[in-house]
Amino acid sequence: MSNIINLRKMQVGQNGRITSVEGKGEINRRIRDMGLIPGTKITIVGRAPLQDPVALRLSGVTISLRNSEADHIKVDIE
Amino acid sequence: MSAVLKFEKENVKFDSGKPLRIALAGNPNCGKTTVFNGYTGARQHVGNYPGVTVDRKEGEVVVDDVSVTLVDLPGTYSLTAYSMEEIVARRELSSNNVQAVIDVAEASALERNLLLTVQMLEMGMPVVLACNMMDEAKAGGIHIDIAGLSRALGIPVFPMTARSGEGLKEVLEEAVRQARGGMREPLRLSYGSDVDLALKQMEEKVAAAKLLANKYHPYYVALKLMERDSDMMAEARAADASTAHELGEIADKVLKHVRSSLGTNMESIITDHRYGFIRSALSNGVVTQDPGKDRLAFTDKLDRVLTNVFFGPIIMLAVLYLMYQLTIEIGAYPQGWVEDGLAAIGDWVGDTMADGSLKSLIVDGIINGVGGVLSFVPLIVIMFSLLSFLEDCGYMARMAYMMDRVFRMFGLHGASVMPYCVAGGIAGGCAIPGAMATRTLRSPKEKLATLLTLPYMTCGAKWPVFLLLATAFFGTEEAPKIMFLLTIIGWGMALIVARLLRSTFVKGEPTPFVMELPPYRFPTLFSVLLHCWERAWMYIKKAGTILLAISVVLWAMMKFPEMPEEMAATYEQKVETAQKAVDELPKEASEEQRSAAEEALADAQNEQSEAELAYSLAGRLGKGVEPLLAPLGYDWRTDIALIAGVAAKEAVVGTLGTAWSMGEIEDAEDEEATKSLGDRLKAAPNWSKATALSLMLFVLLYSPCFVALVVIKQEAGSWKWLFFSMVFNTALAYGVALIGYRIGRVLWG
Repeated sequence: MSNIINLRKMQVGQNGRITSVEGKGEINRRIRDMGLIPGTKITIVGRAPLQDPVALRLSGVTISLRNSEADHIKVDIE
Repeated sequence: MSAVLKFEKENVKFDSGKPLRIALAGNPNCGKTTVFNGYTGARQHVGNYPGVTVDRKEGEVVVDDVSVTLVDLPGTYSLTAYSMEEIVARRELSSNNVQAVIDVAEASALERNLLLTVQMLEMGMPVVLACNMMDEAKAGGIHIDIAGLSRALGIPVFPMTARSGEGLKEVLEEAVRQARGGMREPLRLSYGSDVDLALKQMEEKVAAAKLLANKYHPYYVALKLMERDSDMMAEARAADASTAHELGEIADKVLKHVRSSLGTNMESIITDHRYGFIRSALSNGVVTQDPGKDRLAFTDKLDRVLTNVFFGPIIMLAVLYLMYQLTIEIGAYPQGWVEDGLAAIGDWVGDTMADGSLKSLIVDGIINGVGGVLSFVPLIVIMFSLLSFLEDCGYMARMAYMMDRVFRMFGLHGASVMPYCVAGGIAGGCAIPGAMATRTLRSPKEKLATLLTLPYMTCGAKWPVFLLLATAFFGTEEAPKIMFLLTIIGWGMALIVARLLRSTFVKGEPTPFVMELPPYRFPTLFSVLLHCWERAWMYIKKAGTILLAISVVLWAMMKFPEMPEEMAATYEQKVETAQKAVDELPKEASEEQRSAAEEALADAQNEQSEAELAYSLAGRLGKGVEPLLAPLGYDWRTDIALIAGVAAKEAVVGTLGTAWSMGEIEDAEDEEATKSLGDRLKAAPNWSKATALSLMLFVLLYSPCFVALVVIKQEAGSWKWLFFSMVFNTALAYGVALIGYRIGRVLWG
């Protein structure tokens, strides 16, 4: 059973697979250029002291993005 | 037969007639700088691309008797038109500027790194892929089938560990071979049948019309137009508007179709397909990972402490404080040596040359001006070695990560924290290295807002002014509180003005934050040293030339016009009389008599310099602006000091001393001298606590000093921002000081 939620709502340590990235223009491009595209497996590795930005792991690299940017990404969590 | 063959080969070899140019491309944090240093050593030159503040680095290297120019492209993840770095990299790769590319990829993160590779292959660039940091990959249990990867991508691939030099030679030799082979057929990926068909049509049209044929392969032009790439669309329109329009129509048609059937945009489709190609190239055992091993395990462990909710901010504060201590405190020693050295040269010139305007020009104008520039070099060297250490080891990205939430509220970026602190956010910094530190900010708007507001911080040169006024008017007890308050006001103003600028002059959506948190690594000493040498040299060149001219002008303003003879004669006579009195003192005169006579002489000399200063252009300017600044409680003496302060904030106290005929205060930290100036100001009828407060606020906020202005111009890339900083900051200072003065008058009368 699939359980699709917004990346912003994921907890530290949670895994999932990206189902969609729906930004426009530059933000969409930047997110995708980093490898955050549908089908990618990610793990949340941490959050900054003020809970934002969030740090996540995908195919051997750590990426951080703001919650407002994470809003563009939907994840099917395991 | 063989001779002919050889001849032909050589013919091909020297076909271009000019030395080979090979580009070094790669993601940020892929170790590209180490590769570049490994090839060129110290034989490299750094400059700026015209109009933008992206470093342009080139270096010479000889391989098998062939001289090659290596061009270090800015580190980018992609080749879109969204950032200056990417546009610069693209331009460098076009127009046959370079004949081949060495693509440095981080072996442990091949998937993300290959996105750039694919885009260069789509341009038709001959690319040699170097899988760098193989040692790290091996330690992390990552195995790469180099031959398999080469087959899958259709390009030569080599393992590399640039730090130990492994693989450097092989890669360069292959790149030279590739460069001689000329451009290759572009890599044509499939983006789905509709897009592919349209792309084919567009490519044929581009080829037929020879659109931008001298710069790019027709396929690349078609692909970029399909992506609706703003830079390429502008280029195409400029070259051939009607063809560009027709191509745009084809692209629009597919785009509409794609939008309605897939609900997404063209850029996304193209990037997703690129990644699809990369993932399939890396599958089937090309890259394998030993189970149970994770190269990021160590980094994760460190991050658990360094970005911890509780320890993270504490450690960051400690790092910032340590950095400030090392830069400013330790930097003070070499800074002192440079200053002493220049003072010695000044004295020597003073002794050997005859008195006169020329001597004054050399000593007060040129040597002082050059000294002003050079004395900051030690600070810059220390600050940049620390800064590049923090950046190379990966901690800087963590600081940005932790601070972003706070700085974002003011339209800034987490990475703004470092420039602010260096500039004086920790009291006693310096705006010059601070402004140079903004270079680590890759978001243009956030960088500009940081750059324009960091001069509000309490830099070390403003400190003596605050110390003088706070101690004299508020007492030794209260002074530390006042100075702390000023540091807070500096921060507050910087953040508030940044917010204002981001919704007015530097308006625009925030640049996406999406940022890599690179693994922690120990940087190589060579790259750290080389980096700070580059910065220091750039600073000396830029600031040195402009500042020298400015300091000569300022010197002239404070020196000319000279007093008319009869006027000068009165003062000279007084000095002479006093001198005579000292000289003619009988040997048996008491200590008291002697010091009284000497004091009279000093008074006469000081009176003379005060009169000279008042008569000079600067003095007149001071008197001219007196009515303008009178609402803040200042008289012409303060005004001259403020004008001199634009040359260097250190000059404020000294000039105030001259104007109050205290003689020159050579050392602003000399307690005796400043104390007596403080007493004098306190006793003056037009000075009050309110005046002191108003002046401290004004000095805190008004125009940055000239060296800082020059660096701001250099980092902002335009003279416009230099003038903006001068005018806007002075206007702001006026407003705030006026409010401060009024409040002060109400509070203290």
